[in-house]
Amino acid sequence: MSKVKKKVKVIKIDVDKCNGCRACEVVCSAFHAKPQYSSNNPARSRIRVIRDPLRDVYIPVYAGEYTKAECAGRDRYVIDGKEYGECDFCRASCPSREIFKEPDSGLPLKCDMCEDDPPQEKPLCVEWCINDALTYEEREEEVEEEVKLEDVEIGLGSMVDKYGLQKVIDTVARMAKKE
Amino acid sequence: MEIDLTRGNIERVETDPKLTELHLGGLGTNTRLLWDRVPPETEPFSPDNLLIFGPGLLVGTPAPGASRTIVTTYSPQTLLMGYSMMGGFWGPELKYAGYDKVIFRGKSPQLVYVWINNDRVEIRDASHLRGKGAVETAELIRRELKEPNLQVVAIGLAGENRVYMASIEHGRSSASRLGLGAVMGDKGIKAIAVRGTKDINLGRPTEFLKLCNEVLAYIKVRAPNLVPEVMPILAGLGSPQEMLHTDEKWHTENFSWGNARVRRKDFWNKEIEKKWKQSLETVRTRLISCYNCPMKCGAIISAPGISTYMMKCFSKLTYAMAAFVDDLDFGFKIAQRATEYGVDGFSTPQAMAFGFELREAGILTDADFEGCPSDNEGKFYWLLDRIVRREGIGDVLANGTYWAAKQIGKGAEEYAHNNIKKHEQLPLKLGMLNPIYFLMYTTGEKANITQIEGNFPQAPFSTMELREAFVRDWIQAPNDKFKQYVLDWEPRGERSMPFYPTVEACCEIVDWQEKMHYIDDALGVCAGLSSFPLKPPYHIHNYPGIIASATGMDMDEAGLTHITKRNRTLLRAVNVRRGLRRADEKPPEDHWKKRFPELEQKLLDAYYEFKGWNKDGIPTKDSLHELGLDYVAEDFERRGILKNE
Repeated sequence: MSKVKKKVKVIKIDVDKCNGCRACEVVCSAFHAKPQYSSNNPARSRIRVIRDPLRDVYIPVYAGEYTKAECAGRDRYVIDGKEYGECDFCRASCPSREIFKEPDSGLPLKCDMCEDDPPQEKPLCVEWCINDALTYEEREEEVEEEVKLEDVEIGLGSMVDKYGLQKVIDTVARMAKKE
Repeated sequence: MEIDLTRGNIERVETDPKLTELHLGGLGTNTRLLWDRVPPETEPFSPDNLLIFGPGLLVGTPAPGASRTIVTTYSPQTLLMGYSMMGGFWGPELKYAGYDKVIFRGKSPQLVYVWINNDRVEIRDASHLRGKGAVETAELIRRELKEPNLQVVAIGLAGENRVYMASIEHGRSSASRLGLGAVMGDKGIKAIAVRGTKDINLGRPTEFLKLCNEVLAYIKVRAPNLVPEVMPILAGLGSPQEMLHTDEKWHTENFSWGNARVRRKDFWNKEIEKKWKQSLETVRTRLISCYNCPMKCGAIISAPGISTYMMKCFSKLTYAMAAFVDDLDFGFKIAQRATEYGVDGFSTPQAMAFGFELREAGILTDADFEGCPSDNEGKFYWLLDRIVRREGIGDVLANGTYWAAKQIGKGAEEYAHNNIKKHEQLPLKLGMLNPIYFLMYTTGEKANITQIEGNFPQAPFSTMELREAFVRDWIQAPNDKFKQYVLDWEPRGERSMPFYPTVEACCEIVDWQEKMHYIDDALGVCAGLSSFPLKPPYHIHNYPGIIASATGMDMDEAGLTHITKRNRTLLRAVNVRRGLRRADEKPPEDHWKKRFPELEQKLLDAYYEFKGWNKDGIPTKDSLHELGLDYVAEDFERRGILKNE
């Protein structure tokens, strides 16, 4: 595989500045609605504020990769005297929790940095966080070229993980018949 | 959604789009429901009384600050329509669960809580939550249902015991005024937990998002650009930034201590300033907001030795000032207990100070206070505990100063001196009549000044330069007339209070300020971004476009003004039907030292006429007709409230 130059988009998360308002969730779900902005629903958001007010935990977390199995152990971190669960920082769409999945289909969600045509100046969560808990920067990196899975394949993969290959094949076959 | 607690029946009823067109939502449609469905003879604690939770029309949309739920019922305190509002996260969650309102009727035989999880709604036993604190209850339910993302409103002990000052608590927010928590307790509802994961759709999304972006951009510019010569909490945006500011010179020296009695004009000094700053900064872990709002009006409070809770606005001071305690730590500690009990931080301290005043005056006796400690802090903890349990003298004071004074007699009425419409007011006692505030205090339907004041400056600017600077970018003013009022308004001389602004101008100024609150309360937008501060991001000129693009309805300024007038008049009608008349529209006698009885009557006459009401404050048949409220006029005629002419 060849090396290519890649623009890496970075969102810096300053948890101390987060006021817990969840505007990031609102605008994320609105942006990704089809048609764009036609609806909003934080349950579909690809960023979630992991929030436990009484423990003063406010952590904006972005949806990362889908994983079919949850972690065997769950560690706890103590940082500056405050305790966090390791899931509080985790980006995975994972069976152990409901976030980063479409609420109706259960399909996994992943942050795409608000890919748009024409491109947005910065991801909208950053745009809407006027307290600057989220800030945006770009940098260049050399990386190996990768084969990108089609969206459909990622989705189907997770369905296979959840229901088994045979069930998915049967369902697709049945749906094809109906068409 | 309709929940009959007597029969345990849950029914989903679709929102009537016609009512949305007529009243928008939130307070507007709540008022209509109360008018249509609860006869005016209904006692607040009757099973026939409704308790309505209604998030505003824009709640759950991306409109910044549209988080508010309006809770409506007949108030045990004023016996009029009681509505109180809360921000936070509960209203949006309810909308995402697919509901515009939750309407309770009847009474549950056992203490229950309601669990709304999208389409699944359950009434669940809450006997294990009896006596639990409001904050504690929310945590217990979250754990019991294993759902970290649900949102809870709950009452504490005060609501369970039908204390008239009982609040409904929700995180950093609460619907505190007018005893709504008592009605919730009377219905046997300990809490309502909600989880919603459905979509909220918009009419013209791209246009709507553009307007939301403009609101955010304006906030970014306006929030740090303070209006000069205005006290800190009014200079910026948001509801009073009491969790941010440590400088309390203004409140501690201008508001009265005790039972709204004593001004301590030399209270604030370097030592107090240092100590109070340290107190706040030690207990405040984080400044926090409501749903989808960039402001930070609340805070997480963790004081040593007590469990963590959340606070906003003014309650850090109310208990300390009522108790004559110069230590702010006390304010944070007692407010924690009060929040768990679920009481209004506005009326409760005054009712307690009133109790101790009566004891000093010999109207209440030592026997009434048996076991009460003698130090100021201890006294207040002791009495708070009695009030929320309705024990001994606490049972009497739990009804607020107006009713308690009536019950105690022996001249106690003189001491219940700070009420409007039977309800405790801000502990503010001033020199000379302010004509704008006179109208707002007397005619405000909520009997709470902060729910009618706002967009117009509270006092004239000292110099012409400042006035000119203020009106230059005052895009929120309805028209240029209002700018002229600001320019012409002088601190002294011919064009000063109480005779300037003129009676006519006062009517327009009050009507405009009130109108903005009624729009906010129908939409569920926080007053802190709209009707409360000077130069807010939402105003009469951009609201029509925001409403139109969100809902797809046709809307312009005239249309919005018409709907708002309808909502406001219908609320007046609900209260008129329950007996409200001109005689009830009085400020506390001692609110201003220097009064102008003739001018005051002129103001009321003119304002009533401006509003389309008769001399007794009752909407006229013509004005009702113009607003499409003929059914109200017919009802008034049937009851003899209006004569059939």
